[in-house]
Amino acid sequence: MSTQNYEPNMVLSTTEFDVIGTRPVRHDGADKVTGRALYGADIELSGLIHGAILRSPHAHARIKSVDTSEAEAHPAVRAVVTSADLADAGDQMVDLGEGAMPLKFLRGNVLASGKALYRGHAIAAVAATSLHDAQEALKLIKVEYEVLPATLTAPDAMRDGAPILHEDLKTTELGKPTDKVSNVSNHFQHVKGDIEAGFAEADLVIEREFNTATVHQGYIEPHNTTVLWNNDGRVQIWCSSQGSFTIRDTTAAILEMPVSQVKVTPMEIGGGFGGKIPVYLEPVAAVLSKKSGHPVKIVMSRADEFEATGPTPGSRIKVKMGVRNDGKMVAAQAWMAYEAGAYPGAMVVPGSMCVFAAYDIENILIDGFDVVVNKPSTAAYRAPGATNAAFTTETIVDEMAEKLGIDPLELRLKNAATKGTRRADGPKYPRIGCVEVLEAMKNHPHYNAPLEGPNRGRGVAIGFWFNVGLPSSCSMSVNADGTVMLIEGSPDIGGTRTSLAMQAAEVLGIAVGDVRPTVADTDSVGFTAVTGGSRVTFATGIAVIKAARDVRDQMSQRVARIWGVKEEDVEFEKGVFTSNNGTKNSITFKELAKQLSSSGGPIVGRAAINPPGVGGSFSGNIADVEVDPETGKVTILRFTAFQDAGKAVHPSYVEGQMQGGSVQGIGWALNEEYFMNPEGKMMNSSLLDYRMPTSLDLPMIDTVIIEVPNPGHPYGVRGVGEANIIPPPAALANAVYHAVGVRMDRLPMNPVAVMEAIWEKEDVPA
Amino acid sequence: MPRKVQVQTKINGEEVEFLCEPRQSLLEALRDIVGLTGSKEGCNDGNCGACTVLFDGRIVTSCLVLAVEAEGKQITTIEGIAMGNELHPIQQCFLEGAALQCGVCTPGIIVAAKALLDQDSNPSEEKIRLWLANNLCRCTGYDKIVRSVQAAAERMQEAR
Repeated sequence: MSTQNYEPNMVLSTTEFDVIGTRPVRHDGADKVTGRALYGADIELSGLIHGAILRSPHAHARIKSVDTSEAEAHPAVRAVVTSADLADAGDQMVDLGEGAMPLKFLRGNVLASGKALYRGHAIAAVAATSLHDAQEALKLIKVEYEVLPATLTAPDAMRDGAPILHEDLKTTELGKPTDKVSNVSNHFQHVKGDIEAGFAEADLVIEREFNTATVHQGYIEPHNTTVLWNNDGRVQIWCSSQGSFTIRDTTAAILEMPVSQVKVTPMEIGGGFGGKIPVYLEPVAAVLSKKSGHPVKIVMSRADEFEATGPTPGSRIKVKMGVRNDGKMVAAQAWMAYEAGAYPGAMVVPGSMCVFAAYDIENILIDGFDVVVNKPSTAAYRAPGATNAAFTTETIVDEMAEKLGIDPLELRLKNAATKGTRRADGPKYPRIGCVEVLEAMKNHPHYNAPLEGPNRGRGVAIGFWFNVGLPSSCSMSVNADGTVMLIEGSPDIGGTRTSLAMQAAEVLGIAVGDVRPTVADTDSVGFTAVTGGSRVTFATGIAVIKAARDVRDQMSQRVARIWGVKEEDVEFEKGVFTSNNGTKNSITFKELAKQLSSSGGPIVGRAAINPPGVGGSFSGNIADVEVDPETGKVTILRFTAFQDAGKAVHPSYVEGQMQGGSVQGIGWALNEEYFMNPEGKMMNSSLLDYRMPTSLDLPMIDTVIIEVPNPGHPYGVRGVGEANIIPPPAALANAVYHAVGVRMDRLPMNPVAVMEAIWEKEDVPA
Repeated sequence: MPRKVQVQTKINGEEVEFLCEPRQSLLEALRDIVGLTGSKEGCNDGNCGACTVLFDGRIVTSCLVLAVEAEGKQITTIEGIAMGNELHPIQQCFLEGAALQCGVCTPGIIVAAKALLDQDSNPSEEKIRLWLANNLCRCTGYDKIVRSVQAAAERMQEAR
């Protein structure tokens, strides 16, 4: 192995700064290594009681009656709620930050009315003086069901005669409403060029069909909430959520109250990955609190997490791609059906935006289908929809390269999307780093290291995620000791307090330890959208930079007044104000801070933004595997993750995102799935049986950060949270092919799937 | 409901006495009765490791131990790892090595890592990975955790 210039973690940097690009210890670090950090489940309030939720044992059933009288008579029970306690939702829409959703679906998912649409669907809830009592009381609730046939996959739900989930759901066909009642809530298309002409030009056409299983985000901290419906009518919520304002707004909508009547205090959040955006527990706990007069805490069990939160969609995808003998891709077609779960909103739209996003192809046709099935209502999961999509495209591109006799990275480079390439769904790319990622992969020692031994293979793949902007607000006050208090509203899941504080410190020329970040409640900071879409370091970062510049400008005005010079004659660099107008004046930020109260009063900076200039991120993997031909088990020998982060504000945290995302992608590729029985019961709803990767399953995950600055951010930040999960399934599928010669067309590629593929190739009856 | 049981135990070196229901787990007792919320509940069935504590020096998932079993035992939780105001080298190395993101698995992992380094001052990467295999982390991919345990082992050896 050539390791001469090899470092496990490399940063290919273009611009250097004072604070940005360094690796300080996070501000919340001491709390988190000592057990002092307070997560949602850790809260204790005076008079607190505990809630538990009764869930449907059936995947599809009409709820004929719910009798709660015995539960209400239990001595420890203080309140019981059913869907009858929530108002009818009508036709309102609720903005979730990354898209709007009809209120009736949100409300219906919180407590089922009329029908249970998946096993685990909430039917009723109880609050009692202890959790054990609440759980006992659930057994006293009598529910009469009429069990209905269930439909569990997109292809099954799309067929004529499939059981219908929503009798009032009519298909939107290419943007137009229709009268057709079906499980397909939406069929849309993206068209670019002339697909027929494109395939006619191709020398090689490859067409394959793929199936991917439903998978879960798998955050370690279960959903939890504590809600107090106060005597003044205000609802106060303490919870672990990716978006305090989203929880506030959706809870207020479901409870039919103004948003100002709900206050959400974000507790520390134990992972989310997209799964902690929807509201599940808050409206239920609120009504339990109103009825009982006590604050109510509800914590989900792990089985509830699997059965009743929002996993990411399973999918069936057919992809056909055409390429000329010279390696130019000329046509690409995709048919993508994603399982939304019980309510519309599968991540097929973002999936369709990413399926061919890495390539400059003239002729593209994409058909997307959003299909409801009797499984939990799906939610975002790290680049939602894109991993399913890239699994298909990237394995076909590997096959193309093999058949054309071209190096797989060269083939990708020859067709790589670049500035000005138009994506099939419309937008033209600004400056992107697809080529730079591919070049870094090609030049990496891993790609050129020999891989010897039987049943071993190397695979590559790339992925794209567009990232998002969305609103953020913050304020910043200057203390007399020269430190700065930063108040922002982005729940911190992976170190964003620090990546934001670093941007403030960079502007103000002070140490990052002199900026104290606080993630504030919804009463104390302006509207801030969810921690999602890889947006916080980018978008909230821009708000922080703007607020810091506001502080700097006000400090500048102040010092001009103190010195009796014109404002424009004051200069600021690296934390020092100077003026060369006549007398040579100089004062540091810290010295000036001491004088604020005696020279006119305190200084507070602020910013509220909704930034344009979002920079998409490309990622890539090189993966070496060994396949056991007797068992089908895939062992990862070496794995290198590449990503265009734009400027990496805190390189260790960027590496952490890349490593964590890669391993989630590895779990998705090799192990994880919702294993459903024909009646729609998940048979592996525990962490033992769902089997996420453990430390023992993995090698070190090497990283290469490629910094192609985003012109839309003052320091070039793109956002790194998501793109890294996209390539692993395809990279591993390609590695499996090069190891044992089978093209994998389904996820997970567990031992059973790999063995079946090997037997099929060898013509052995399975 | 059965009567509550009195339990006398030692937690982080201090004598502790509490009343619990016979059905309550040690994790519940620590969090809800004693008020030590550093041990986390991720699954309540022994599969995630977020509630890992030392039980007479052995690592256990406290959700699978009954609170009454703590009678006469010595329990160490994450709250007992730091030495007064000084962080344990494992804690310090976790911070410097960026070995945590959301932090909810961190208490269990640090307790498990301490038990490892107490019995093997220079474990191999393979041994660290095997030892921590009952502690799930969904954020980091384990790379920086393993490296930080290695760094802590080195630092503890230097200090000797």
